[in-house]
Amino acid sequence: MLNASLKELSGLLAAKKISSVELTQTFLDRIAALNPSLNAFITVDAEKSLAQARVADERIAAGKAGALTGIPFAQKDIFCARDWLSTCGSKMLANFSAPYDAHVIEQFNRAGAVNLGKTNMDEFAMGSSNETSFFGKVRNPWDVDRVPGGSSGGSAAAVAARLCPAATGTDTGGSIRQPAALNGITGLKPTYGTVSRYGMIAFASSLDQAGPMARSAEDCALMMNVMAGFDSRDSTSLEREKEDYSRDLDKPLQGLRIGLPREYFAEGLSADVARAVEAALAEYRRLGAETVEISLPNTRLSIPVYYVLAPAEASSNLARYDGVRYGYRAPEYGDLTDMYQKTRAQGFGAEVKRRIMIGTYVLSAGYYDAYYIQAQKLRRLIAQDFEAAFRQCDVIMGPTSPTTAFRLGEKSDDPVSMYLSDIYTIAVNLAGLPGMSVPCGFGDGGLPVGLQIVGNYFAEARMLNAAHQYQLATDWHLRLPPLCE
Amino acid sequence: MQWEVVIGLETHAQLNTVTKIFSGAATAYGAEPNTQACAVDLALPGVLPVFNRAAAEKAVRFGLAVGARINRKSVFERKNYFYPDLPKGYQTTQLELPIVAEGGTLRIQLGDYEKDIRITRAHMEEDAGKSLHEDFHGMTGIDLNRAGTPLIEIVTEPDMRSSAEAVAYARALHSLVRWIGICDGNMQEGSFRCDANVSVRVKGTEKLGTRCEIKNLNSFKFLEKAIDYEVRRQIELIEDGGRVVQETRLYDPDRDETRSMRSKEEANDYRYFPDPDLLPLVISDAYIEEVRSTLPELPQAKRERFMSEYSLPAYDAGVLTSSRELADYFEATAKALGGPLSPSPLPQAGEGDADASQLRNAAKLAANWIMGDLSAALNKEGKDIAGSPISSSQLAGLLKRIQDSTISGKIAKEVFSAMWSGEGEADAVIEARGLRQVSDSGAIEKIIDEIIAANPAQVAEYRSGKDKLFGFFVGQAMKASKGKANPAQLNELLKQKLAG
Repeated sequence: MLNASLKELSGLLAAKKISSVELTQTFLDRIAALNPSLNAFITVDAEKSLAQARVADERIAAGKAGALTGIPFAQKDIFCARDWLSTCGSKMLANFSAPYDAHVIEQFNRAGAVNLGKTNMDEFAMGSSNETSFFGKVRNPWDVDRVPGGSSGGSAAAVAARLCPAATGTDTGGSIRQPAALNGITGLKPTYGTVSRYGMIAFASSLDQAGPMARSAEDCALMMNVMAGFDSRDSTSLEREKEDYSRDLDKPLQGLRIGLPREYFAEGLSADVARAVEAALAEYRRLGAETVEISLPNTRLSIPVYYVLAPAEASSNLARYDGVRYGYRAPEYGDLTDMYQKTRAQGFGAEVKRRIMIGTYVLSAGYYDAYYIQAQKLRRLIAQDFEAAFRQCDVIMGPTSPTTAFRLGEKSDDPVSMYLSDIYTIAVNLAGLPGMSVPCGFGDGGLPVGLQIVGNYFAEARMLNAAHQYQLATDWHLRLPPLCE
Repeated sequence: MQWEVVIGLETHAQLNTVTKIFSGAATAYGAEPNTQACAVDLALPGVLPVFNRAAAEKAVRFGLAVGARINRKSVFERKNYFYPDLPKGYQTTQLELPIVAEGGTLRIQLGDYEKDIRITRAHMEEDAGKSLHEDFHGMTGIDLNRAGTPLIEIVTEPDMRSSAEAVAYARALHSLVRWIGICDGNMQEGSFRCDANVSVRVKGTEKLGTRCEIKNLNSFKFLEKAIDYEVRRQIELIEDGGRVVQETRLYDPDRDETRSMRSKEEANDYRYFPDPDLLPLVISDAYIEEVRSTLPELPQAKRERFMSEYSLPAYDAGVLTSSRELADYFEATAKALGGPLSPSPLPQAGEGDADASQLRNAAKLAANWIMGDLSAALNKEGKDIAGSPISSSQLAGLLKRIQDSTISGKIAKEVFSAMWSGEGEADAVIEARGLRQVSDSGAIEKIIDEIIAANPAQVAEYRSGKDKLFGFFVGQAMKASKGKANPAQLNELLKQKLAG
């Protein structure tokens, strides 16, 4: 059951071999048993989950079930869900409960899915190790002394340890793909604008995108069918025809042209990751694909560009947390300015404050042109790199992360080295392209390695096809972390 | 030393959309605090703005009305600063690419001269909420009903040279925004408020002096007084050897003075950048033409037409086009009174001229009454033309009776008062009160004969050359006729009879 796909679970539910209540209870029990050592969840509320499960069972009994009805999903705590706390991993919102559902939550509710709980994350999604959460660090189920990656580390660890069949994540610079890689699961960041950002707490509006985190590409496709879609409440949501992300899963890979960016296999890539990725590429060639070397010459600029633009937007997006209307307010203060200062000094963690400072600085008079405007220009160059590359290939592949999971605390005092762990993922967000991470083996110490697949705009179905065919030929995605055995 | 005053105005006009600029909450004024603020207005986590296109339509109307270029692509930016009534911690506004670009002008009229004030730009933005400092025992209350109300900020070049010109501009603008239906113009409710940039320079010099910005002037009177005070202050400062410091000032109407609010050095760095939650606003040529086709005849065009079509003096035409309602009222009255102009472009010789002259006379009579008795009555009761108890057709009914000599102008005032207080149409009042003018020369002669007989001494004095006494006889005769004698006829007959 732990390795059952969403399709299999759906079949079991439809055949009444198991009820949603039983299924939900099974995962609640696993959470109760394993979450204390992983800290993957911030909020679990068995009563609420089981109530939803009962409704799902009625719906199944009435013959009105959809593909995901009755299946429990963990939701990253960045999505506002009515009646649930939505903390975004921050002290600032530790007591915040939204009076509305995020579009993503609405879509899962409409599908009859069960909300299994809210997963831990880096504070306001700012981090690559899940160590910045106000609710404590998340541990990697493959080695509890290591990080699960971030910012969707709670979701990734929960899926890897089979505390839930699948989960949602968000990805601003790699926050779905990097933790997916570090936990040996499959994650997809869709084309910017595919999944509505309504009710998803903003980090960097022009980069944030929600997506599925699951065991397999097949499961991700089913989740995409629920999560994607136009939403008039998000002005950047794309008005496109509804598509079936599962439609191409079974297509053979014969003739698929895979671009390998020279810059992704260069200095900084650790040998064990390189080995696993090379082996995966060999598998793809066996499956009929061909590989071509390409170049993304501005890759090295993506980190500095990202660390100008994302903090700039964040510094403004997080200005609303001022202690006036909701959320944390310092218990003691003098005048108004003092209230703002104390509230924000106490309510935000160090990494969030660092990024607010950077963002405020790059938008300041006298620096704006040199940083923000310059970064916007480079962002266009980076997007043009991909445009040129996709004239030579159908998908781009390479490592998701330069290393496997690092030790807790290893990079917490060295933000630049932490930021570099997103070197292969960030450019994809800057270009607004879809990207995914697929488990492709293990590195030193038995730690999972992720293969990144980047597609052209709206090529999700093609990417899922490439990932699915690989997962039919390999079993990396079925391996369980030692904690689960 | 001769000083020249230089003024530029920034006006915030609230666009009268039903819902807010980025949310679906209502914009109606005066609701219970925080009952018209939705999750977006409250800036709850995760919510997003969606632009209300009705605001763009109104902004485009304004741009077209002043003849400005409309930017086909305009961009919303965030102006970042912390204030409790600014829920997001930034105001969404337009900076680099405003919806209304350069090229607009607004003509002002002052006494005997006219002047075009150049409009630099106009951009859309959201209003903030309100901080309520009273009634909270040392604390501050926040009302976010107004947060997110759409505004258009209209910026002029420094083209005004006196407080009178500034007020004339503000009045013309106030009239225009209501005229084209984009703002209710309610200044008490803050729907229309001005910031004045004021500087002085030695007359004849080119370089602009250092300016001060006086914020939030919400009446024409305050605008005038604040500028006058500020001009005096700056001149005195310079003449005493001081230097004007660029700063933001507030006008205190109780003490009739401006006070420093913050200096340029203390000014916020607003860290503007394009709002990533909103797409650039793209406007097509077709859309602009569609909006243009719904614009009414504009005040300036109407004023010029009133002058050419009705031969009204510039002053009258200006007053009568100060609001669309007043202009419509005037035109309806004049037309009802003078009949329509001949629709034929080639009227028969003489006839067309006669029609035109009849209409011009009617127009002048209507203009005089509307600007005179009607305005006075409206002012006295604090009403505007829309609230007039006498409709344009009713007024035309009264004026017709002056034209056809049924009553004199003087009696008409009495009829007007009766109509004002609800006694009915002019004809009914005239009948009921027996005010029909006496034009029967026999009847008038009889009155004159009686007066001459009763005042022999005065008659003798008059005849011996004391011409001034003529008025005495007119008065006596009018009194005897209860004011109903046809004045022209009375004068004529009286002159004859007194001449002996």
